Amino acid sequence: MTVESGAATTAAQPTPEMPDQAGEFIQLLTPEGERIDHPDYPLDLSAADIRAMYRDLVLVRRIDTEAISLQRQGELGIWASLLGQEAAQIGSARGLEPTDMVFPTYREHGVAWCRGIDPVRLLELYRGVSHGGWDPEEHKFHLYTIVIGSQTLHATGYAMGIQRDGADEAVIAYFGDGATSQGDVNEAFVFASVFNAPIVFFCQNNQWAISAPLERQSRVPLYQRARGFGFPGVRVDGNDVLACYAVTKKAMQAAREGQGPTLIEAYTYRMGAHTTTDDPTRYRLASELEMWKLRDPIERVRAYLVRTGLAEPDFFAEVEAEAKQLGARVREACRTMPDPPPLAIFDNVYAEPTSILRAEREQYAAYLDSFASEENEEASSR
Amino acid sequence: MTTLTLSKALNAGLRKALENDPKVLIMGEDVGKLGGVFRVTDGLQKDFGEARVIDTPLAESGIVGTAIGLALRGYRPVCEIQFDGFVYPAADQIISQLAKMRYRSRGHVSLPIVIRIPFGGGIGAVEHHSESPEVIFAHTAGLRVVACADAADAFAMIQQSISSDDPVIFFEPKRRYWDKGEVDTVAGVTGALPFDQAKTVLDGTDVTLLTYGPTVRTGLESALAARQAGRSIEVLDLRSLSPLDVDTICASVRKTGRCVVVHEAPVYAGLGAEIAARVTEQCFYHLEAPVLRVGGFATPYPPSRLEDHYLPDLDRILDAVDRTFGY
Repeated sequence: MTVESGAATTAAQPTPEMPDQAGEFIQLLTPEGERIDHPDYPLDLSAADIRAMYRDLVLVRRIDTEAISLQRQGELGIWASLLGQEAAQIGSARGLEPTDMVFPTYREHGVAWCRGIDPVRLLELYRGVSHGGWDPEEHKFHLYTIVIGSQTLHATGYAMGIQRDGADEAVIAYFGDGATSQGDVNEAFVFASVFNAPIVFFCQNNQWAISAPLERQSRVPLYQRARGFGFPGVRVDGNDVLACYAVTKKAMQAAREGQGPTLIEAYTYRMGAHTTTDDPTRYRLASELEMWKLRDPIERVRAYLVRTGLAEPDFFAEVEAEAKQLGARVREACRTMPDPPPLAIFDNVYAEPTSILRAEREQYAAYLDSFASEENEEASSR
Repeated sequence: MTTLTLSKALNAGLRKALENDPKVLIMGEDVGKLGGVFRVTDGLQKDFGEARVIDTPLAESGIVGTAIGLALRGYRPVCEIQFDGFVYPAADQIISQLAKMRYRSRGHVSLPIVIRIPFGGGIGAVEHHSESPEVIFAHTAGLRVVACADAADAFAMIQQSISSDDPVIFFEPKRRYWDKGEVDTVAGVTGALPFDQAKTVLDGTDVTLLTYGPTVRTGLESALAARQAGRSIEVLDLRSLSPLDVDTICASVRKTGRCVVVHEAPVYAGLGAEIAARVTEQCFYHLEAPVLRVGGFATPYPPSRLEDHYLPDLDRILDAVDRTFGY
């Protein structure tokens, strides 16, 4: 399609508005590390809890850094970095009960961490060894979904199942700002709303859908979309782990109590590339990134812990040492990860292999064996 | 034995499934109070309640997507897609999500979901109400695709599909909904032919006619007409389109030496192409003629005043049968 010059699309705003200028933004910890109270979101966390969240933030950033390096070294095919979104993921995930169910995108490494998924399992997927392959029920963490927004419907259906079971559980569905344009996400909003399903829609608005800015997805702040579907929407500072925790915990509790869905817009920023194949310098300004670096989700927690004396210098050194260890373990596990055997291609297509599949498997096994016997013949003739 | 229309037989089968397993749910557009536009789910919501027979919002992707979530939670949803041409909005959920979940999870996840689709033409309908999209799903690994052609199979196969731990795309021949047949509704499905096997509906010696769904009846009528001309046609109802029951197909072709495949879907890249390839590979020395195909043209489904030209009928089938004797 060609577009005549001058008839081009309506002007998009060049830089995303900072949310604290736009108001309606739940924040409990400022970028400078100052605690602020919010009447609707009293915080029930001990110093140990906040230190544990700091540890989570640092460790998942280390996993991310290692994964990017492994991709550069050819050990991974691709990696989708969570850099900048650690607080949104750790805060929300720590606001869940162990019995709640999570439906992630492919970038939810921090949430996966909180649900007890070994990061090496995530690397399997990006190395091309599996399509995921963990047991969703064991971790209450569904498989990564790659088609944008599809998982929001699965999450809604799962929540409808919870309703039928009369269980004291709820579901959280993760997705991004780009996904809000998808039909499936809008259908999920409709189903969740009319059936009053126990679900929280957690949108990490990281401002960019690969190269498309938020302005290409919406003319209104994303959290306001919820009103049109008939349930509450709330915007939270996505780089504030405490606020993400408190807002998620409250929304999940409301869902469990039968009050239906909530949309949470976690206002954050994708500090890295979309994936390791992407080059964000082609579509966004370096100054934007610099601005967001000042809002780093980890630095503010560190500042808070230091300022209040809730953590000693030893604590930070221990976390740093643990991060190094974790990085080394992930690196080693990735480099030594074996490829699956070729015939694993045919496994788990159906509950039992069909006649068609059995025949193909047998034929391919015989084909592979023919090379082995040729090699044997060569060896014996030498 | 009770005489039932095909749609009533489906209704009876769904009722049995709802009775036998509290995890079975029915969901779709207008399936509850209305009983479905073809009345296949008539009376089920009244007897099993709104939590089990769910009138959904009007969104096909939403129906299948939420069914996946319900199945992840341990339910066995039976989704109705109102017409064949309305399934495409759900294509991502069926092809990329439903079909692949067991594979992606390395066997941790089963999605026992049935998607019922009335398919095929011949009812004088407007656009998008007469299509035969089965090959799209047969081409998708991880799905089972079946089609019933008579009341007894409708009753048994819908229950077998619901019991299956694999996702099943269940095609219903909409112009045969009102065809009557004998159904043993008292007996369970234990003695019924497994739903992944083809069945011989008429024995013959000269030509094997392979078909499924609405054209099984057309095939039988063709065989009776051919008999008067002294030709003996063996008619197989394939029933399972994925996987194909290649053994039963090839056993018949080896006996007759001739093979004609009939379906309403376009011939080009249709199921007949797959069958022709497999029959050629496996029955090469038994064939007296190439495998011939009769079906829809490489066009969109035409306006209904032209559908009699598009749909394979008795004469086009017999023309193909005659041509198999010309080699």
